[in-house]
Amino acid sequence: MKTSHIILIVIIAVAIGVIISTTGDASKYVSFKEASEMSAKGDDDKVHVVGKLKKASDGTIVGMFYNPVINANRFEFILVDNNNEEHTVIYKNSKPQDFDKSEQVVIIGSMKENLFLADEILMKCPSKYEEKNLKAEAL
Amino acid sequence: MSNFAIGDFGHLCIILSFVSALIATIAYYKASQASPLYLEKKEHNKEFISWNWFARISFFIHALSVFGIVFSLFSIIYGHRYEYHYAWSHSSNSLPWYYMISCFWEGQEGSFLLWIFWHVLLGLVLIKVNKTWESPLMAVFCLVQTFLASMIIGVVIPLIEFKIGSSPFILLKDYLGDLPVYNVNPSFIPADGNGLNPLLQNYWMVIHPPTLFLGFAATIVPFAYLIAGLWQKQYKEWVRPALPWALFAAIVLGTGILMGGYWAYETLNFGGYWNWDPVENAVFVPWLVLIASIHTMISYRNSNSALVASVVLVSVMYLLLLYSTFLTRSGILGESSVHSFTDLGLSGQLLVWLITIAVLVLILFVVSLKYIPTTEKEESVYSRQFWIFIGVAVLCLAAFQVLVTTSIPVYNALLGSVGIESKFAPPADQELHYSSWQIWFAIGIAFLSGVGQFFWWQKVDSKKLWNAISIPLILALLITSIILVSGQIKWLEVKIDKVSYILLLLASIFSLFSNLSIFFNVIKNNYRLTGGAIAHMGVALMLIGILYSSGYSKTISINTSGLLYSKQLSNDENAENILLFRNDPQRMDEFSLRYKGPRMEAKGFPGFLDKDFLVQLEEPGKMVTRKEVVYDGKVFYKKGDTINVSPENTFYEVEYTKSGKDTFNLFPRLQKNKKMGSVVSPDIKRFAGRDLYSHLSMVPVEEEEREWSKPEEFFVKQGDTIFINDFVTILDEMERITSLPAIKLEPTDIAIRAHIRILGKEKTYRLHPIYVIKVSEGNVVGIVPEVNEDLGISVSLTGIDPKTETFTLQVSTSQKDYIILKVIEKPMINLLWIGTFLLIIGMTMAIVRRYQEFKLMRDKGMEINLSKK
Repeated sequence: MKTSHIILIVIIAVAIGVIISTTGDASKYVSFKEASEMSAKGDDDKVHVVGKLKKASDGTIVGMFYNPVINANRFEFILVDNNNEEHTVIYKNSKPQDFDKSEQVVIIGSMKENLFLADEILMKCPSKYEEKNLKAEAL
Repeated sequence: MSNFAIGDFGHLCIILSFVSALIATIAYYKASQASPLYLEKKEHNKEFISWNWFARISFFIHALSVFGIVFSLFSIIYGHRYEYHYAWSHSSNSLPWYYMISCFWEGQEGSFLLWIFWHVLLGLVLIKVNKTWESPLMAVFCLVQTFLASMIIGVVIPLIEFKIGSSPFILLKDYLGDLPVYNVNPSFIPADGNGLNPLLQNYWMVIHPPTLFLGFAATIVPFAYLIAGLWQKQYKEWVRPALPWALFAAIVLGTGILMGGYWAYETLNFGGYWNWDPVENAVFVPWLVLIASIHTMISYRNSNSALVASVVLVSVMYLLLLYSTFLTRSGILGESSVHSFTDLGLSGQLLVWLITIAVLVLILFVVSLKYIPTTEKEESVYSRQFWIFIGVAVLCLAAFQVLVTTSIPVYNALLGSVGIESKFAPPADQELHYSSWQIWFAIGIAFLSGVGQFFWWQKVDSKKLWNAISIPLILALLITSIILVSGQIKWLEVKIDKVSYILLLLASIFSLFSNLSIFFNVIKNNYRLTGGAIAHMGVALMLIGILYSSGYSKTISINTSGLLYSKQLSNDENAENILLFRNDPQRMDEFSLRYKGPRMEAKGFPGFLDKDFLVQLEEPGKMVTRKEVVYDGKVFYKKGDTINVSPENTFYEVEYTKSGKDTFNLFPRLQKNKKMGSVVSPDIKRFAGRDLYSHLSMVPVEEEEREWSKPEEFFVKQGDTIFINDFVTILDEMERITSLPAIKLEPTDIAIRAHIRILGKEKTYRLHPIYVIKVSEGNVVGIVPEVNEDLGISVSLTGIDPKTETFTLQVSTSQKDYIILKVIEKPMINLLWIGTFLLIIGMTMAIVRRYQEFKLMRDKGMEINLSKK
């Protein structure tokens, strides 16, 4: 066997390893229901859940709690997923900027009993500020 | 009525640039067919000469029309022509001229235009420096340019209603046609634009995008030489002219990537210079492959090996570059990226472009493969080629790993298009996922760049190799051990304890020393050849810098006050943020931190202005001073001056005191960004051995949203003592005043100022609420309260009873002013920047050397290979 063959085999092996590790590490977009099922089975893989903040009929956010004077590193809110299931989310960090304005929230983490422990929060904010401003100006 | 001549001219130039690029492609193709490189040149080949001239003229027209587009777009931005969507969307009246340049490429159309513009300049240089390659090279070049021009053409094909490209000259009215205002006033033009995203109002954003796009544009040159070479049967000859350009592209693209990282480090709150964001990765992958291809090309130039590998790598590099353009501009990344461009509906067009080029390359490769010379002999383990080949394999695997994970959203889209629903998301901990692979590739690269360099003289036997390698290896082992032991016994702050980290440190130090010894050996003969050694030393230093600054980045803002924020949450493992009340010092690591208050920035003032000494006027950006402002002994503003501040930025001054004496202040920033909401930016204190990186981790409560207690009333006389929040408070005296900041007083008006003293725990605070009776306006009463932020107390003077000489004070209390701060320490980050400079210097030396080789052969007329018949 030539050296070049051995090297080739090693390269292919590493490449396969890369693909396997990506599929292994890749997270999933799930609903709260699936996330609860996973945690019930003892699967503590981190998942992505997409949802919206719980709001009252007048548009105010319900169930959000952050008091930095008591604890700057604990932020709680209620997320409603796309199947309208809601859970309290706990984020052990400070409240992200402009959280209240977000249209859609993606939380990354896992369920623990009835709570979702988020490691990371991604927000989608309305990007069309500009047009609203223009509409206001034009009126 | 608006005059749309400039936009029409610009759009005409776009169409002209597209058509002329297409004609130039065809003409250069014809010229190449008329006089192929592999045939003996016929004197006075009229067909060739006329096609070639025709092609050149088309390209010059193309160049002029591109300059015309740039001119039109810039004059639209410069002239505040808000009837155009591009100007309205990306600029504003108050923007200084140098940021108007940034507006140019803030939008996607403008960034395509920038790319096209660089291509034009590169094309002109290529026409100038080439004698023989011009027609086939430029045929490939102009084909790509035609594709690029089509991206901004903005034309709808009739009948099938298919829109090609997105023009930067679209009118606002056509863009937002449904606005009701156009029914009332069809020629409505907004008075001001939306402005450039304030985050991009930074000098790095003036130079980073042009550098990055010059790198993007330059990658076409080695690719075009390769394609021209395969097409014109110059299977080997393309390497020589392509090599200096590949080096140029790598250096510029690499610098552009790092500038972006540096900007992110200074401006965003990611906490670092690299975030494994898909947009960053998308450019990093082709760059790695470009570096790999440079190594195989050098290997080929030295020993005629690795030609097939060079062909493959240069092609793959360019395809990956197009793929990255597709990823970042098609909107496919969606939620997985913070800063991908929005979808302009160009994804179909981008895909056509990518697939066309890929198919052409593949066909050409398959057809030419049997003609590409290969070496049959097995490379010895003691040859340079062998080690270069291994190094290239490691670089490619590193690129592959980043690519496979970054493409996760693409898999969902691909599976979705064949009807399979897939819900893959990027790894939950991206940093961990990428670094756990990349660190091993980095170890390999560091080690190989140390060993590989010893094969300077083609073939070395095992004895020679060990002789050369032993000293750097022993030195590296020794120094690594010293560093490890010093960490253990706490001489050095950072204790390195992971096997992979230790190996990376060892391999990098080894690479540093072996390249240093090569450097000294080579410089004796010819300093021009030291580029490789310098560049590899740069890489080694960068790796050490990354190892320390990222691997041992430490959050030091952990709550160490001994005070639990909450009893139920005592085991809070993630407490990375510290709360600072105004003027209430807190311990953090070796520092004592004191938050001193919000500050503003004003044009023409060198420092920061205390916001408490300023009164906000109705117009944003205008404030009146309460006190005289002195800086460095010079009076900048008198009391009552109106000054222009940047309204979107507030800085929060934090004083750091180290072991009781060394003091410095940092000013982390909060930006109210019209386009993005509130954005916090860090302030960085740079020490030789580390950076201290601090940013706010929560936006302070807005003044309007602040909750105050129900006011409590006190009726007092001069000299009386009362208790406010348990503090002894004395009303010292009342004073009639004649001038007020921000309120104009007539001589008949009455203004009374109270002098109040509050005895705090550590110091005495003085408050001066004011009561105004505007007799000139019919006895209107005005009340100017004063807030003390240290205590969270607001005092107003609300009534005066002249008979009893009693004054009414209203007192409210609120949460004291505070900020929440996150502080991260980044050790040895300067090694990363120093290494970057070395890498750039080394690669520049290599460009000079390889370009001279090309020029020498060109001037001898030995550029090409004639097929022997």
